[in-house]
Amino acid sequence: MALDPKKHAMPSQDPQVRAHNFDEVALGYTEEIALAEAQRCLNCKNKPCVAGCPVNVNIPDFIMKAKEGDWEGAYQIINATSTLPAVCGRVCPQETQCEAKCTMGVKFEPVGIGRLERFVADWHNANATEKAVAPESNGHKVAVVGSGPAGLTCAGDLAKKGYKVSVFEALHTAGGVLVYGIPEFRLPKAIVAREVEGLKDLNVDIETNVIIGKTLTIDELFDEMGFEAVFIGSGAGLPMFMNIPGESLKGVFSANEYLTRSNLMKAFRDEPKTPIMKGGKVAVVGGGNVAMDAARTALRLGAEHVYIVYRRSMEELPARKEEVEHAIEEGIDFRLLNNPVEILGFNNPEDPRDPKNGFVRAIRCIKMELGEPDASGRRRPIPVEGSEFELEVDAVIMALGTRPNPLIKNTTKGLEVNRKGGFVVNEDGLTSREAVYAGGDAVTGAATVISAMGAGKLAAASIDKYLSGK
Amino acid sequence: MYKIVRRKSLKPTVTQLEIEAPLVARKAKPGQFIILRVDEDGERIPLTVAGVNPEEGTVKIIFQVVGATTEMLNHVPEGGYLQDFVGPLGNATETEGIKKVCIVGGGVGCAIAMPVAQEFHRLGADVTSIIGFRSEDLVILEEEFQACSNKLYVMTDDGSYGRKGNVTVPLDEMLAGGEKFDMIITIGPLIMMKFVTLTAKKYDAPITVSMSPIMIDGTGMCGGCRLTVHTEEGDKMKFACVDGPDFNGYEVDFDEAISRSRMYFEYERHAHEAACNLFKMAENA
Repeated sequence: MALDPKKHAMPSQDPQVRAHNFDEVALGYTEEIALAEAQRCLNCKNKPCVAGCPVNVNIPDFIMKAKEGDWEGAYQIINATSTLPAVCGRVCPQETQCEAKCTMGVKFEPVGIGRLERFVADWHNANATEKAVAPESNGHKVAVVGSGPAGLTCAGDLAKKGYKVSVFEALHTAGGVLVYGIPEFRLPKAIVAREVEGLKDLNVDIETNVIIGKTLTIDELFDEMGFEAVFIGSGAGLPMFMNIPGESLKGVFSANEYLTRSNLMKAFRDEPKTPIMKGGKVAVVGGGNVAMDAARTALRLGAEHVYIVYRRSMEELPARKEEVEHAIEEGIDFRLLNNPVEILGFNNPEDPRDPKNGFVRAIRCIKMELGEPDASGRRRPIPVEGSEFELEVDAVIMALGTRPNPLIKNTTKGLEVNRKGGFVVNEDGLTSREAVYAGGDAVTGAATVISAMGAGKLAAASIDKYLSGK
Repeated sequence: MYKIVRRKSLKPTVTQLEIEAPLVARKAKPGQFIILRVDEDGERIPLTVAGVNPEEGTVKIIFQVVGATTEMLNHVPEGGYLQDFVGPLGNATETEGIKKVCIVGGGVGCAIAMPVAQEFHRLGADVTSIIGFRSEDLVILEEEFQACSNKLYVMTDDGSYGRKGNVTVPLDEMLAGGEKFDMIITIGPLIMMKFVTLTAKKYDAPITVSMSPIMIDGTGMCGGCRLTVHTEEGDKMKFACVDGPDFNGYEVDFDEAISRSRMYFEYERHAHEAACNLFKMAENA
């Protein structure tokens, strides 16, 4: 049988339709497509794809099970190394990880590993009836700070080994960025809730509304509550702004705020309890996944026109390829090689009580061109003198990344942080404090779900080694 | 879920709740705040802690009904439960080295000012309090302030109780008379804090203001609570939830903060009306 050179396309909602709803964009493979896609895997001996995966999922093995239609078998192989397969199958940047290394990809399109992972995980979630059984306790207590991808992974790995794990979450719902950051149309919240329930089956306690660094300190976790090790996966912190005039105008949001209002607080619904600006023209500044999420959320909230303003070109755009393609299909207007220099507000000199006063009216940008590569290896954008112009908009969303959260650093002695405020960790994920480990955005600054999971996994292994030797 | 242990109506639209939240009660210091949600899908609203009882494990909050969420909060009975209650957030009010203090509270801001005044009193400082309200039917906590203040001025805008005029009047008189405070601390509506700051500035008196902007998470994640402070090194963006809520009054850009506070004004008004109508319908049914 000749190998299909192309990866099977992902069935998706029609762009015209999905631009106006919050239902999931990608509908997932059917069993038939999944079987056909699995046939494309060459089952290479050297397994380059596994090395491309931050948590080293045994990819060819799971695909071999999939080839036989043994979906549960395939799931068990993924689940042995990844805590959140249904999540990763949806949000991992496979094109720069596993699929980038795929042998098929040398001549043809790589195997659709992410799409297969998603199918396998969804099949399991729809068909598996057996609940995970908590192993016998080993008597050790571990605290996990934050219930995002790093924390959930660390908690899951430790719980499977018999540790008594408590996860402390500052917000009212567990899931971290998977709940407040990534929109429903890309990652349905029911999937996250299911993963969290799975951890509870493993006897993990999830304590929402507890802010470590405020409600309890790291020292209290050890001294008063008897935890023997702590993993800090507190995630993203203060949003970054550009330090240009006009960023405090009404209608300027950090992507964190905008997405949290819509995702966590459900402002996308009709007559929400938490308000959000709907409609109008919106400019999203930035080129990462968060920028794509914000732009596509704005569109679904009823914006008449949505711009992505990014200072480099399409080639340097850091967002996951599929999200960029989806955004283009949906009609997001990419204004590349443009950089905002000022946000302009409405001001009626005749009437100081005009309700429009103080709201955004436009964003002034300058055109950019690309020069020599900078430290990041990407070509440095240089402003083109005299090229400034105005884009009329009603809202501006800054998606420029975050700095790590200061709350734990400020209340914990002896916890070393780097210049950017991220926790300093060694190759085991250990911080400068004994028995305190950290990982994810709290260490690296804004990065991907899977790299946070990798860090959670590493820390779980290190904590196990540390406590089992005690 | 967090139980409302005691509920007390202070005035027709001002209510005091004591809520079971032992972890918060153990930690909260004067000047810090909490965030609560009344029910599932509810809005997260920040409210400053008005007192704690660590032994009982309860936290006291005082709020005025101003919008849909506070309207709903006002309808939860004693013995009822709140969906979420988290804190303490923000930094405690700085008390170190302050021996003589003037506390200036406005409206429901007095509920926040009260534990601050009590803390200074407990620490042995000389406390002068000025509390101001729109009219008599909104006057709260007079006795409590009396108990912890060496001197107390009660002001109403319309003169229906205490002295007529706003809180800057007695402050200006004292400062003009040569009174020196180690710190003036003001908590209340933005416009009031702006004018208290301008009054202090006339006499070079140091002043701290307590900011309560719109926020969602309260932990330094959303950036909604940002404000501009003018410092010697230029303008800086600060986040009220993690950098505040207390700021040097001279540095805060009040006009910007006032503008930002009105971001959802129209929306809020409609939402409050809708909530009131729902409760009316329920009462009439």
